[in-house]
Amino acid sequence: MATGTEHRHNVGGVRAPGRAAITAAHLRTDRWWLAPAGTAAGLLAFVVYSTWRAFANADYYASPYVSPFYSPCLAHDCQSMRGGPNADLLGSWWGISPAVIILVFPLGFRLTCYYYRKAYYRGFWASPPACAVAEPHRGYTGETRFPLILQNLHRYFFYAALLVAGVLTYDTALTFRDAHHQWGHMGLGTLVFLANIALIWSYTLSCHSCRHIVGGQLKHFSRHPVRYRAWRFVGRLNARHMQLAWASLLGVALADLYVYLLASGVFDDPRFF
Amino acid sequence: MPVVDRQEWDVVVVGAGGAGLRAAIEARERGARTAVICKSLFGKAHTVMAEGGIAAAMANANEHDTWQTHFRDTLRGGKFLNQWRMAELHAREAPQRVWELETWGALFDRTEDGRISQRNFGGHEYPRLAHVGDRTGLELIRTLQQRIVALQQEDHARTGDHESGLKVYQECTVTRVLKDGSRVCGVFAYDRETGRFFVLQAPAVVLATGGIGKSFKVTSNSWEYTGDGHALALLAGAPLLNMEFVQFHPTGMVWPPSVKGILVTESVRGDGGVLRDSGGRRFMFDYVPDVFKEKYAESEQEADGWYDDPEHHRRPPELLPRDEVARAINAEVKAGRGSPHGGVFLDVSTRMPAEVIRRRLPSMYHQFKELADVDITTEPMEVGPTCHYVMGGVAVDSDTAAARGVPGLYAAGEVAGGMHGSNRLGGNSLSDLLVFGRRAGWHAAEYARSLASERPRVDDDQIGAASAEALRPFSRGAEGGAAGDVGTAEGAGTAGDVGTAGDVGGGPENPYTLHQDLQQTMNDLVGIIRRAGEMEQALTRLAELRERAGRAGVEGHRQFNPGWHLALDLRNMLLVSECVARAARERTESRGGHTREDCPAMEREWRNVNLLCALTDPAAGRIRLTRETTPPIRPDLLALFEKEELAKYLTDEELEEELSE
Amino acid sequence: MSGYEARFRVWRGDEHGGELRDFTVAVNEGEVVLDIVHRLQATQAPDLAVRWNCKAGKCGSCSAEVNGRPRLMCMTRMSVFDRAETVTITPLRAFPVIRDLVTDVSFNYEKARGIPAFVPPPELAPGEYRMFQRDVDRSQEFRKCIECFLCQDTCHVVRDHEENKRAFAGPRFLMRVAELDMHPLDAAERSGLDRRRTAQDEHGLGYCNITKCCTEVCPEGIRITDNALIPLKERVVDRRYDPLVWLGSKIKRRSS
Repeated sequence: MATGTEHRHNVGGVRAPGRAAITAAHLRTDRWWLAPAGTAAGLLAFVVYSTWRAFANADYYASPYVSPFYSPCLAHDCQSMRGGPNADLLGSWWGISPAVIILVFPLGFRLTCYYYRKAYYRGFWASPPACAVAEPHRGYTGETRFPLILQNLHRYFFYAALLVAGVLTYDTALTFRDAHHQWGHMGLGTLVFLANIALIWSYTLSCHSCRHIVGGQLKHFSRHPVRYRAWRFVGRLNARHMQLAWASLLGVALADLYVYLLASGVFDDPRFF
Repeated sequence: MPVVDRQEWDVVVVGAGGAGLRAAIEARERGARTAVICKSLFGKAHTVMAEGGIAAAMANANEHDTWQTHFRDTLRGGKFLNQWRMAELHAREAPQRVWELETWGALFDRTEDGRISQRNFGGHEYPRLAHVGDRTGLELIRTLQQRIVALQQEDHARTGDHESGLKVYQECTVTRVLKDGSRVCGVFAYDRETGRFFVLQAPAVVLATGGIGKSFKVTSNSWEYTGDGHALALLAGAPLLNMEFVQFHPTGMVWPPSVKGILVTESVRGDGGVLRDSGGRRFMFDYVPDVFKEKYAESEQEADGWYDDPEHHRRPPELLPRDEVARAINAEVKAGRGSPHGGVFLDVSTRMPAEVIRRRLPSMYHQFKELADVDITTEPMEVGPTCHYVMGGVAVDSDTAAARGVPGLYAAGEVAGGMHGSNRLGGNSLSDLLVFGRRAGWHAAEYARSLASERPRVDDDQIGAASAEALRPFSRGAEGGAAGDVGTAEGAGTAGDVGTAGDVGGGPENPYTLHQDLQQTMNDLVGIIRRAGEMEQALTRLAELRERAGRAGVEGHRQFNPGWHLALDLRNMLLVSECVARAARERTESRGGHTREDCPAMEREWRNVNLLCALTDPAAGRIRLTRETTPPIRPDLLALFEKEELAKYLTDEELEEELSE
Repeated sequence: MSGYEARFRVWRGDEHGGELRDFTVAVNEGEVVLDIVHRLQATQAPDLAVRWNCKAGKCGSCSAEVNGRPRLMCMTRMSVFDRAETVTITPLRAFPVIRDLVTDVSFNYEKARGIPAFVPPPELAPGEYRMFQRDVDRSQEFRKCIECFLCQDTCHVVRDHEENKRAFAGPRFLMRVAELDMHPLDAAERSGLDRRRTAQDEHGLGYCNITKCCTEVCPEGIRITDNALIPLKERVVDRRYDPLVWLGSKIKRRSS
């Protein structure tokens, strides 16, 4: 249909024929651009940081701490971590950073997450930039077609994210060792890892797919009292999904940064006992 | 003669609130092709404002509840002036009407065992109101609306047209019920959006237009409540019954000024809220009238015990019928014990935990938070009486809802009179809509069917007169003549000068100013407390207003012109206001929603007297008032009451007669 | 606090065109935007078209856009604006305008007709319905909807793309599908009606990209996205995109 000669900004949407003849794309007077700009900046910062760290393939283990970006570590050239989450599943043919193997899963989970979708649709694609602010696109099919129809796979990434969260929990347990793998010790890093894993679990369990699976799919809560309670619990977490999404994103980056700083010798882990 | 679009239907329902939609559903289900006309958008009717619930003796919350108890409460609330057969049908059929809503998808709040939860309300002996939080009216409207859509979907499946059997004409106003001889033959209406006139021809017309509150300044009613149905019935030759009974709801918001009058639901009191004066005293204990002495608590302790153990405690006096509470608040304010903005305090904050308040009274919480900056979980509300409901209305046959004297005209809901006597109990309105809405739709459909072969016809003269009447404000407008874009004012003055006194000297009048003056007059002179002299004054002022309304002029053109719409509604408000004032002057006693300072007692001699208003001469628009004696209450119904109680209401002769039966 | 003169810009016109007109109006304490519009009508512009009804946030008639944001005029207090600020009022911009602040919202009524009604369970007579509060809670939240159509107005799927109106029912009516699908006694499935499938195939659930503007503007505070649209999307996934669930349902017929 598009012949390339139409006035791109005078036909569709709020300027469509029949609607009130107002030329402005929006009449909002507040700083509506702040939220999408902030979202875009925050996500971009994380992408830059995590790309650097994921491809660095270095400084991700400082006994007893393993960076969450590299856990589990499934390639041949992983650093050896005694009792740690490494297993040489892929062999030596894998040439790039082992972080890439595993990061696909949390990345996919977050990329298809209902909150992050909102965040990047608004922040990066301006679809829409903010409520009642006209979006710049000419056509829109939402999540009805490839590739965005794949967002419906969120549930599988949720299952995978559960496994990853399990491994990270294991990693957190390992932080109760000292650098010589003796149990019963704690350092500042232990607290960092505890905070991180708490946030990871809260975020993972607050997921909309999780809410659906534990109970949302039921028609009669009254016949499933246990699942009803689980649904209510997840529902309360779910109400904070956005906050948890950001907090856990920050948490995982900080945990990695902490390991990096230790591994690169910037400072030593303050030990409590 | 302007060309006016005509359409043919079996039944036309005027009004799309609870009663109108229920009537339309019934008529359509009985095979009548039915049209609904409403002034607002479909689903926005004033019924959405009903908060508390639907009264129906389902006995879900208290097993002792029966239709007889409900009937008894209704008669007590109405001070025995109710059209008793209506009250009986209402009490008997209400549960069925509520249950039926569930089959159409309504979701009421539930009891522990999964039935419909019922709550306490003023004047009801048992918890009886089926409810959904405090938005029951919305649930009712939405359910009926969705039922209508469901019927349209069926019609679509059958005929390919959603509107073949049931059509809603939204944002249209009826200005005249048309007649062929004595019989109804249709309605004349205009489309608010375009200003175009059209005629729906039908042998049966159901009026379901609601009330008259917009004639008063402080009111909980929306702009739609201009007494259209009342006036249409009068103009069609049907009498209005007991128009002096106007209910002032005790609790409306009093501050800020722009929301003055907006309703604060009775559920606040039903759920434990109490009324206090400026000194913090629960004053309602001082205002329990003799007829209710045995039923209401005398101490705060006893009253508070009732919420949890109603078997062994008497009810708190805050739950007296609305007229009593409204008068009490009025008296407190007058005595100088009111709140800063001229009301009294209604407090739930000290009675329930904040969480419970937010759950049980969500829209009240929201309303005060948003509109008055008051957090009802931490501070009391300020409330005062507000015009809420008119008990009077079109005089109808109890069983068929047929208006008296005009074959083919029906009325249901607030526009119909009789059901509630001199005062309506909370919760009885929604059940009234359902019970009599259904009956009106049913009998209208039957009547239309019976006329299948000899339908009344609409003649062109009537259409011309109605057009001229509707266009008159344009010819008086500052930019007169602008109306010509959709039709012309030709034929003006041929007829229909009713209610407005025709063209007398003077410049054009602003309809908004006229409306404000009318509201002030009614509020000040025919308000909650009435005096003979003030009502005389009101009648004089109403006559002046009628004269000025004859000169109401509007600017602009016919497309969605609110000034014009108001100018046309003024006719109705003026007619109805005059009925209220005349009837109120006539009834020299105080009963229910009619309180005379100069005649403070309830007189047993007035108990069986109905006041009927009719137009003497449709051209002159004069109101004639007649008295009529009501038929005696059926003995088996009377037997539901104790003799001592009856003695307070019935005259000795009436009692004598009863005893001799 | 006392009254003051406020500056307003109100859109006046019809489908052929129009403009923002400037007005100066008195504002008193505690007033809302609708009060000001009424004052304009009574004093300066008697033919200013506006829809309203209950003036208490219960009927959803007075929807408009105030300073570019979809709102109920009766619930927008003047105190939220700076006194020096010019307040702009326009009609809803996703629907055809009729006149001034009044728009043609028939799109919504047509969409409402497209959604099959509640299907009563044939074995239950009126009065025999038993439902538990926890089972009706979810649908009750959606039934708080006052049909102000602000969500429909703000949703970019139709606001910014007129051509999507055919395929997309909008948040209000997708929420209606969710309401019925969660109704504990709805017998649609037994009657051969799969509401989840229709949500995706007929009402365009896939167009929703959950950017939550519907939830942001809802004057009733209904969490449309989190509680209706996303759960509905998940229910669609059950039907169409989840082989595990599909396999499970083949092996064991689900009782709930």
